[in-house]
Amino acid sequence: MARIWRFGPNINTDQIVPGRYAPYMLKDESTLRNYPFIEARPEFATTVQPGDLIVAGANFGCGSSREYAPLALKLVGIGAIIAPLFARIFYRNALNLGIPLFEADLPAAVVDGTTATLDIATGELRTSAGLITLPAPPDFVRDVWDAGGIVAYVRRHGRFPGQPAS
Amino acid sequence: MGQTLAEQILSHAAGRMVRAGELIVVDVDLAMMHDSISPSIIKVLHHEIGAERVWDATRIAVVIDHVAPAATVQTAEHQANLRAWVRREGIRHFFDVGQGISHPVLVEHGLARPGMVIVGSDSHSTGYGAVAAFGTGMGTTDMALTLATGRTWLRVPETVRVVALGQLAAGVSAKDLGLAVARRIGADGATYRAVEWHGLGALSIAERMTLATLSIEVGAKAGLVPAAGPGWQAHAEARGIQVPDWLTVDPAATYAQTVTVDLARLGPQISVPHQVDHVVDLHELGRVAVDVVYLGTCTNGHHEHLAAAAHVLRGRRIAPGVRLLVVPASAEALRRATADGTLSTLLDAGATIGTPGCGACIGRHMGVLAPGEVCLFTGNRNFRGRMGAPDARIYLGSPEVAAATALAGYIAHPADVLA
Ligand code: SF4
Repeated sequence: MARIWRFGPNINTDQIVPGRYAPYMLKDESTLRNYPFIEARPEFATTVQPGDLIVAGANFGCGSSREYAPLALKLVGIGAIIAPLFARIFYRNALNLGIPLFEADLPAAVVDGTTATLDIATGELRTSAGLITLPAPPDFVRDVWDAGGIVAYVRRHGRFPGQPAS
Repeated sequence: MGQTLAEQILSHAAGRMVRAGELIVVDVDLAMMHDSISPSIIKVLHHEIGAERVWDATRIAVVIDHVAPAATVQTAEHQANLRAWVRREGIRHFFDVGQGISHPVLVEHGLARPGMVIVGSDSHSTGYGAVAAFGTGMGTTDMALTLATGRTWLRVPETVRVVALGQLAAGVSAKDLGLAVARRIGADGATYRAVEWHGLGALSIAERMTLATLSIEVGAKAGLVPAAGPGWQAHAEARGIQVPDWLTVDPAATYAQTVTVDLARLGPQISVPHQVDHVVDLHELGRVAVDVVYLGTCTNGHHEHLAAAAHVLRGRRIAPGVRLLVVPASAEALRRATADGTLSTLLDAGATIGTPGCGACIGRHMGVLAPGEVCLFTGNRNFRGRMGAPDARIYLGSPEVAAATALAGYIAHPADVLA
């Protein structure tokens, strides 16, 4: 069972990983996994388990283009992020890294700490608050997830999303 | 059917007529990468993608601005490695420590031009819209893929049109307009969309860059100011830049939303902690004492902004106990400020001058905030912890407000201080 980590709206990339904890600033880059939400929610990095889910309010990931924000979430094994709206660059960075994102506004009953299981393929989210079917992403997005990220996608398909197969 | 500026530029880059909503692949005219993200881009480029060389060394700009000069042994080592990579790849446009922040530097050097598609390893790459380029920010992997292929993929954005009517009052500037728009449409008001800024032909390129960089603060993919008007002419003539004939404001274009702002009725705006769209009129704010006034960044560190602050500070001294940190956006801004006396006015008033670059904007060096400190910042983000301690408080305002605040010791407008 995964745990749901609930966040409010407008979570910016400085909250996910402050600029002072960028790989550029670290003695050992692999320690990035210790820093997601290091200041905003210090218990997150120490207790998050692989497969846990983030459920947030609108505009998740706004702010800078730092890919190390979603990368830090990938390093701790986040299973998916669910929010009504994602900031554009964050959405792309997470997609490129192969982190599943679902655009959905979950009811308040799905409180922080709720246990859940998510079937990425069907979007079925089972929680103690009931069964919620998350809206399906566009086909190309699922193809990028299936490939495991954009670099693998380009390698597999020989082209970018949006480019006709030649 | 008409096309927005974003649709025109992306149609040109895609080699076919495209419309908002389409997923397309475009040729990139220029790729910008800075010191903070370059090490990871280079790693992905060579090790994950497996590219031996970049696609075109003449179309890449590398700028050392985020920690400039280096603050630690690690950043120094990363920068040394970056210089070696730049030499090995023969990168044409390299701007080392002290040349300034990527966005103003590329504009001042005439590398960013109307109609181009520019991708940058930095969210404020929307700033290239100051010269009607489609500038957009991307992460490490997208940048590395562009360096490998010269292309990128994107969804053609819808556009939010901002129409400014009338003239700005004295002491009110583009920053106030940008914050007023954030207040109206919210921090996600233009997510996945472009913003076009109309009715601002008189504005200098510096003031246009204020608006273009602030476009990401409402979530925009690009923020374009039409290449027209006296402000544009001055910039274009000095650099011999032509506007492509296919790029014009099309009255038949379809906009997702239009936001009208009456400039004459716009007063100074302040964004209060910890969100850019938490904006109030300065006079609603009450008395907010500050420890630091920080004048700089890609949004408000240009020569015009330093001069506007100097105009307020001339012949006066900043309040006791206040630090006024001035970090010019570029070497060019510093040079011009030196030549016209702006710099000595700032120094006489009690300012401290930093190396052109990002400075303390991302809380890494050159003026990081202590716990509990309050800063009036001319930058573009007041996120918690952005400039240092998570419980420091950052208020965003214009250069004019910055100068008045430094004199008063609390957040103030020039009209209050000069009266
Ligand atoms: S000045 Fe600040 S906002 Fe502008 S590019 Fe540098 S770090 Fe980013």
